[in-house]
Amino acid sequence: MDWLQNVDWLQLLKCFVTGGAICVIGQILIDKTKLTPARILVLFVTTGAILGGLGIYQYLVDFAGAGATVPLTGFGYNLAKGAIKGVREFGLIGAFTGGITSAAGGIAAAIFFGYIASLISKPKMKKE
Amino acid sequence: MKPLDSKKEYQNYVDKKSPNSPILKNCFNAFWVGGLICTIGQIILNICKSRGLSQDVSGTIVSIILIGISAFLTGLNIFNKIGKFAGAGSLVPITGFANSIVSPAMEYKSEGYVMGVGGKMFTVAGPVLVFGISTSIIVGIIYLIFNTQSITLV
Amino acid sequence: MEKLGKQTIKFNNPPVITSTASIVGPKEANGPLVQYFDQCLEDEFWGEKTWEKSESKIIKETVNMCISKSNIPSSDIEYCFAGDLLNQCISSSFGLRGLNIPFLGIFGACSTFVEGLSLCAIIVEACAQNAICAASSHFCSAEKQFRFPLELGNQRPQTSQWTVTGAGTAILSKTGNGPFITHITSGKIVDMGIKDANNMGAAMAPAALDTLICHFQDTGRSPNYYDAIITGDLGYIGKDILIDLSADKGYNIKSNYNDCGVMIFDREKQDTHAGGSGCGCCATVFSGYFFKQFQEKKLKRLLLIATGALTNSTSSQQGESIPGIAHAISIEL
Repeated sequence: MDWLQNVDWLQLLKCFVTGGAICVIGQILIDKTKLTPARILVLFVTTGAILGGLGIYQYLVDFAGAGATVPLTGFGYNLAKGAIKGVREFGLIGAFTGGITSAAGGIAAAIFFGYIASLISKPKMKKE
Repeated sequence: MKPLDSKKEYQNYVDKKSPNSPILKNCFNAFWVGGLICTIGQIILNICKSRGLSQDVSGTIVSIILIGISAFLTGLNIFNKIGKFAGAGSLVPITGFANSIVSPAMEYKSEGYVMGVGGKMFTVAGPVLVFGISTSIIVGIIYLIFNTQSITLV
Repeated sequence: MEKLGKQTIKFNNPPVITSTASIVGPKEANGPLVQYFDQCLEDEFWGEKTWEKSESKIIKETVNMCISKSNIPSSDIEYCFAGDLLNQCISSSFGLRGLNIPFLGIFGACSTFVEGLSLCAIIVEACAQNAICAASSHFCSAEKQFRFPLELGNQRPQTSQWTVTGAGTAILSKTGNGPFITHITSGKIVDMGIKDANNMGAAMAPAALDTLICHFQDTGRSPNYYDAIITGDLGYIGKDILIDLSADKGYNIKSNYNDCGVMIFDREKQDTHAGGSGCGCCATVFSGYFFKQFQEKKLKRLLLIATGALTNSTSSQQGESIPGIAHAISIEL
């Protein structure tokens, strides 16, 4: 079991706690407000993009890794980071191309897998 | 004051009558499921990086794999059970975004593949893209303005 | 028939409920009332490709079952009143398009069944020999239209209600052994400003109260005249509110009052949160449970008040509040 010694347990713990904490914020919003899931997702992605643009979210990513990038705030951060990178490389046009370029993998995967799932699967009754 | 005296009074009365969600239990479930999903992402990220892939490419691979798993579980009619249990724990990570695209695609299959699946796929997730992408463009433009005036924002 | 007070009609030759039928989905079949329904489905699709087709089939088969149980040839049934929750009431109009009975589509949200019974009673007293009314709802088609796709991993709030999958029908005739519809009280639209589409019980309770009190005032009856006072789909929260509000107005209904949405599911085991709702809730519980109670003479006087939330997904997205409606009928042996 060589690989076990190479695992950075502290890093995984930081990731777990940060990711969990971001989700808890979402849960409090669900339970305490009447926001629908779509509104909560929008709130998270916009917050992530703004914090990403201000450079604040970068600290969280450095600290927690996937714990900060996997939640939807990370998706927003990714879009903002891409837009800034685009501006650096291509100027104004980069603001338009950069964001989607950096998030392209995720968006394309979601569309493609969504289409495939609709081909092979059918909705089923919720049992409870 | 009686509850039916005014709309406001009735709303207050209804709020008192309505049961609250079990918020502690919900937060606990959201915490560990959300944390677990992120940790799975971190493990995939570490594996990718140890194979010599760059941070950006590894991050994209993490997104694609998590989205794939989420789409697969949605297709197997399992994701909604996880979602009912975990709430924001499965909604807030990228898995929730994937689920919100896959679930209407499956639901509206009955209206055909073009206007049903294609047209309705973004009924829930569309706003995420609209607001996320718009915000990123604004961020990029603001960055451009500050940068050309030699004020560094980042 | 004659008018009593402001909103009530008293029938001089009370129409008779000759036969009823009910078909429900699998979740309702796991509930406490399973033995009273005529047929329980194995799955929500019932061999159809879509939820909407499945709901149409449910209402069609329920109507056919009711007609064959009544032994009245369908050519002798002169009018059909039916409705459901889907846009433009497609479940009932598509399901019943082969029926060959003059069809009057109605919409009263979840109060549709009692609205249909009221109209049937009026037309039977006025001119027809037999008339049929039907109402249906389907959990999956309702979720799709009003809320989210079924596979979306969201949590339902504690105040939300579970749309009943099922349909109920009743045939009314001029003559027979009863039970009789003696009075109908048609309700006014009441809107107390509730905007939360996940708390329909609270939105509809003031309408139920209004109709209930109006019925007592118009007829001069009191709550203890009835063996049972039953609302359609207020659920646990709405039931609680109605008991409170009517006590405030000086009517104690606590001892003989219940709600179909409370009765149809087992709250603990089935995790339906605030109880059942939908057109099918009141329709199946009346045509399943209560009609059989009348046949076995366990019940003599019933006041059935079906409640409806007159909202749709567009109006709630535009921030409109939810107007409630309630119609009452008094059924006696």
